[in-house]
Amino acid sequence: MVTRLEQPRGGFNFDNFQRNVSLEQKGIRIPKPIKTGTTIAAIIYKDGVCLGADTRATSGPIVADKNCAKIHYLAPNIYCCGAGTAADTEFTTALISSQLELHRLTTGRQTRLSTARSMLCQMLFKYQGHVSAALIIGGYDVNGPNLYSVMPHGSVDNVPFMTMGSGSLAAMAVFERSWRKDLERQEAIDLVKDAIDAGIFNDLGSGSNVDINVIEKDKVDIYRNYYKPNERAPKEKVYKFKRGTTPILKESIKDILVITEGVEAMDIS
Amino acid sequence: MNPVALYNHDAPISAAQQHQFDPYEMNGGSSLVIKGADYCLIASDTRQSDGYKINSRYVPKAFKLTETAVLATSGFSADGLALFKKLSQNLEWYKHAHDKVMSTPAIAQMLSNTLYYKRFFPYYTFCLLGGIDEQGRGVSYSYDPLGSYGAEPYKSVGHKNQQGVQRTDMSLDTAISIAKDAFTSASERDI
Repeated sequence: MVTRLEQPRGGFNFDNFQRNVSLEQKGIRIPKPIKTGTTIAAIIYKDGVCLGADTRATSGPIVADKNCAKIHYLAPNIYCCGAGTAADTEFTTALISSQLELHRLTTGRQTRLSTARSMLCQMLFKYQGHVSAALIIGGYDVNGPNLYSVMPHGSVDNVPFMTMGSGSLAAMAVFERSWRKDLERQEAIDLVKDAIDAGIFNDLGSGSNVDINVIEKDKVDIYRNYYKPNERAPKEKVYKFKRGTTPILKESIKDILVITEGVEAMDIS
Repeated sequence: MNPVALYNHDAPISAAQQHQFDPYEMNGGSSLVIKGADYCLIASDTRQSDGYKINSRYVPKAFKLTETAVLATSGFSADGLALFKKLSQNLEWYKHAHDKVMSTPAIAQMLSNTLYYKRFFPYYTFCLLGGIDEQGRGVSYSYDPLGSYGAEPYKSVGHKNQQGVQRTDMSLDTAISIAKDAFTSASERDI
């Protein structure tokens, strides 16, 4: 094997890539993050926006969380659906919402969607797609109701309806079938529910319940578990171990008394 | 080992792309068998999936071989079907040659042989065989894709901590309830 030590050069350094390839070939498993194989969807309707998400989080073929929340808070008038790596969507939205709070305190104005959009896409672009968060930002500001989608590499789209995640095709099929301009509030909620429902039943990465958020001018309604199409069937038997299943080998009961004598002064030299 | 010597600086970052034929697929699925004194219960789900996709919500993977033997499969659906066809054909030939239906323990051995016959291009199928033997007792066998099999698929390790447990025969009704609960529980946590 040819090996050599080199002076570090300027610019990017991809040494760790080769090292990681080599380590993986030697059989080292790199820890796997929880991916929210997800269906998220949102639409603009007559008086606002409606966001929707399923509630399944997966780790490979395992359901890691049956009822997680994928609609995140960004600002009082802005919420955000997240698909991708659970930790990435969780932390990017938390980070940006914190920055937006400070921004509001300095400006004394309501946060605009375009501000949230720019901060998110600039951060995601900076990380060159390694922060795998696919987001749909929805809210109501001085420009009225608006919807932005942000891809993990930082590209942005301003749209009247959008779906994302592994169930996006199923959900988008529903939107393409039934979406029209200026839907009524309840029509919008029903359409988003149906879109998420399509994801839940036709994409194995999505499942459990439907969460809905409705944002209008100075009004936000959060419907956590708006629709629950997957209630657990009651178990036919009770699986409790009878007392005595685990044998007691020995038994001893002690009164525990902790006596601390004096208090040593902290060393502050 | 010097960490610098761990990899080759001059090596290309990735090797040339090689195209190859991959004849296998993983269609998932769960099967279960519980044997009792005078019965054997075999259960399977009916979903056929491929990754995050559902191919069908109804493709059964448990097959009736004889009046007293059922084959339950999981893994590659097409191989499971091919294996079932092969076994059915052999059972037919056996019936014509010997004028009797093959016993379940004999089918168990035949299944093992059938799987091992394709040692170097295996059926990508995880099999369970359940049924009734010639004495009327429930029997069950589990297999790996190459044909290695055992007769006690329900057995588990770690009885040490359950000394107070009374071992009693399970009624068929109880077995059915447990099988249902097992499948509803599995569907909660498996995509």
